[in-house]
Amino acid sequence: MARNRRIAIGLAAAVVLGGCGAGGAGDAVVNVYSHRHYEADQQLFARFTELTGIRVNVVTASADELITRLENEGKNSPADILITVDAGRLHRAKEKGLLQPIRSEVLETSIPATYRDPEGYWFGLTRRARVVIYDPTRVKPGELSTYEDLADPKWKGRILSRSSGNVYNQSLLASLIAANGEEAAERWARGVAANLARPPAGGDTDQIKAVAAGVGDVAISNTYYFGRLLSSSDPEERRLAERLAVFFPNQDGRGAHVNVSGAGVTTSSKNVANAIRLLEFLASEEAQRIFSEANLEYPVNPRVEPAEILQAWGEFKADTLNLARLGELNAAAVAIFDRAGWR
Amino acid sequence: MALALSVPMLVVAVGALGADGREVWAHLASTVMPEYLRNSVVLAAGSGALALVIGVASAWLVATRDFPGRRLFEWSLVLPLSVPAYIAAYTYAGMLDVTGPVQRTARALVPSLSDTFVAIPVMRIETMVVIFALVLYPYVYLLSRAAFLGQSRTALEAAWTLGHGGASAFWRVALPLARPAIAAGVSMVVMEVLNDYGAVSYYGVTTFTTGIFRSWHALGDLDAAIRLAAILMVFVLAVLALERSQRGRRRVDDTRGTGHRPLLRQRLRGWRAWAAFAVCFAPLLFGFLIPVAQLALWTVRTAGDVVDASYLRLVANSFGLATVAALLCVALALLLVYAGRLDRGRTVSAANRAVVLGYSIPGAVIAVGIIVPFGWIDRTVDAFAEATLGVSTGLLLSGTLFALVFAYAVRYTAVALLPLEAGFERQCRNLDDASRCLGEPPLATLWRVALPLLRRTLVAAAILVFVDVMKEIPLTLSLRPFNFDTLATRAYQLAVDEQVAESANAALVIIAVGLLPVLGLDRLLARGRG
Repeated sequence: MARNRRIAIGLAAAVVLGGCGAGGAGDAVVNVYSHRHYEADQQLFARFTELTGIRVNVVTASADELITRLENEGKNSPADILITVDAGRLHRAKEKGLLQPIRSEVLETSIPATYRDPEGYWFGLTRRARVVIYDPTRVKPGELSTYEDLADPKWKGRILSRSSGNVYNQSLLASLIAANGEEAAERWARGVAANLARPPAGGDTDQIKAVAAGVGDVAISNTYYFGRLLSSSDPEERRLAERLAVFFPNQDGRGAHVNVSGAGVTTSSKNVANAIRLLEFLASEEAQRIFSEANLEYPVNPRVEPAEILQAWGEFKADTLNLARLGELNAAAVAIFDRAGWR
Repeated sequence: MALALSVPMLVVAVGALGADGREVWAHLASTVMPEYLRNSVVLAAGSGALALVIGVASAWLVATRDFPGRRLFEWSLVLPLSVPAYIAAYTYAGMLDVTGPVQRTARALVPSLSDTFVAIPVMRIETMVVIFALVLYPYVYLLSRAAFLGQSRTALEAAWTLGHGGASAFWRVALPLARPAIAAGVSMVVMEVLNDYGAVSYYGVTTFTTGIFRSWHALGDLDAAIRLAAILMVFVLAVLALERSQRGRRRVDDTRGTGHRPLLRQRLRGWRAWAAFAVCFAPLLFGFLIPVAQLALWTVRTAGDVVDASYLRLVANSFGLATVAALLCVALALLLVYAGRLDRGRTVSAANRAVVLGYSIPGAVIAVGIIVPFGWIDRTVDAFAEATLGVSTGLLLSGTLFALVFAYAVRYTAVALLPLEAGFERQCRNLDDASRCLGEPPLATLWRVALPLLRRTLVAAAILVFVDVMKEIPLTLSLRPFNFDTLATRAYQLAVDEQVAESANAALVIIAVGLLPVLGLDRLLARGRG
């Protein structure tokens, strides 16, 4: 018993000492607060260290928790880079004075203007489109057209969507507010909520599977979730996904809703040069290819072709709305969801 | 000390009073609040009641009856506690979904079904209630079994001589005597349910806790979030106060102190034995065996892609943190409870209630309650040092393991406190008084009299904290230092990324590491009462 306790305390001490080792002075580091928690990112950071000798330290948590942490750590915050999974949170960080503007020719030439902050406070790294996944045996060609159309009573009991607590749905509604105004957006949310085949539950993948099971005919989903099912190591998942198809809405109008996962350099950064190098690497062709191949996201760098699975869905027209607007309209979108009874 | 642990709660309370998010507040009250309230009450009451029935029934059978498998159930009934609720929720949903093993097997075995994909509506509030009860009932089981085992045969024999046999003795003697322990267990279940975020948000059930996150994250209004948290705190306070006032001034300690004769187990035969077996086996099957089997299945499929040497580091991190937190929380709780016992006044008792509240607040809110004051201290010390000494001290507290361990202490001291309080309440005050009369100072009395008698409760409390910290998500995620991952953060991040199968092996290791102390508990219990 006494020996066990000694082992336990020893182990604990080792953990405490080990934890203090990160971020020590002297060697080249860049400290990252990230909301992205994909294996692909680990792979990319390791590659960056290999190329530059700069060590990458990471804390992953939700963007909102990281923003709170940055605010309270103030000018002594160890973080150099904040990475989020939507433009809205980057915009919020900028508004709170947590990010600093960056000039970099490499970033400006690799990332189209739509996908970065006009003043250089943040840069998109990957794109994900919010699309409609449908069952071709139950949805007639020509039946699908726009996001707006999903509020039409002809879709009653046929639509599947996750809860409005998710930022992807919030951004979609924010883009509808930007396009059609708040009133129209609220009518839309009420219409879609009334058309849902079941109360929102689960993630995007669950909605896709529910279409395959016949609960509804169309699901609102991000592209990479469907891509993952199509390339799953599980033959049953592939078989299920192959019965379904992707539809990019609003192709005759403003284009499909696209959001980015992106990054900015923090105001408190003490390794600005290293931070910029990391961002430049993540926007490079090599890194963009890994983002797309490993995580099935669309690259922001126009010189890089998307992964094969994504190419098979064809080119699509993306909404060119500046993504900072999504951040500004996020709270309004959530309030509309609450009023519309979209859980 | 209680004050230090209450700092995050004070931050919440002050934030709620001084908050200016009135507009958001009015919006919440007029739209979603009724549903938050309804769902939270249904979940808390439903899971609490179900956990109470499962926990007390199995504890009573294991403690007082003999039937096939009893020795095995004695320790294995605790196992579901090591399964995090969100993992159980994801697992059951994944198991029954269209590509889950149930439907897959059906399609493979029955040719006519080979093209049938069925949606089984798992993700509902009813399922959520059952899942919570299945993984949380061990709180009730552990504490009430300890209480039943500690009961003297004398009390039950008195009941028998007064003409109250089997069932009647249970309802009128054993149950009331075990009541503080059962109440402690059920409060823990209710508080776990109220602050769960991972499971309910996946199932699309909106509660106060999901509302807190929604106000903070989506509406960007931390003040409104904090005010919701304050309501949740009041809610929990009310439940705790209700239980206390109901119990009134009754004392359940064994004043005779000596002459304790343990219960003799009654042997069950025939259908009764099998019924007892079924009552104990069902929660074990659905709360542990089935989810673990499913996780194992997924692990076999994905381990090649996910598991590498870094896993050892994760295990060490999780194990180390959980051990430190368990020892710390038990030590703090012991001092607090003992201070309450010596003092018998209102101040200490109120302080202890405040500490218990830490358990009811969603972890992410505690994280805010820690980030804010620690950030303030860091900035103040830094400004002072720069002004007087001309050097910057940087961040002394923020982003350190100290902050994380402090957060665990805030959140989980209650987990140790509730069972210890229940344990002390059963212990005769006369023993304390005798020791004090013999000239022993209070701390020596604690060490030489109370502790040896409470050994079993202490270990149980430490195990509860240990297992809880192993599973902990929100505090660990938002307070940890750079490059610091635990099994729980790894499993959770894969699961929210909708890679449930890939998260299975980390979940399985959490459960496996959680098993070690549970098995240790069994050996300790086998060595007789204490």
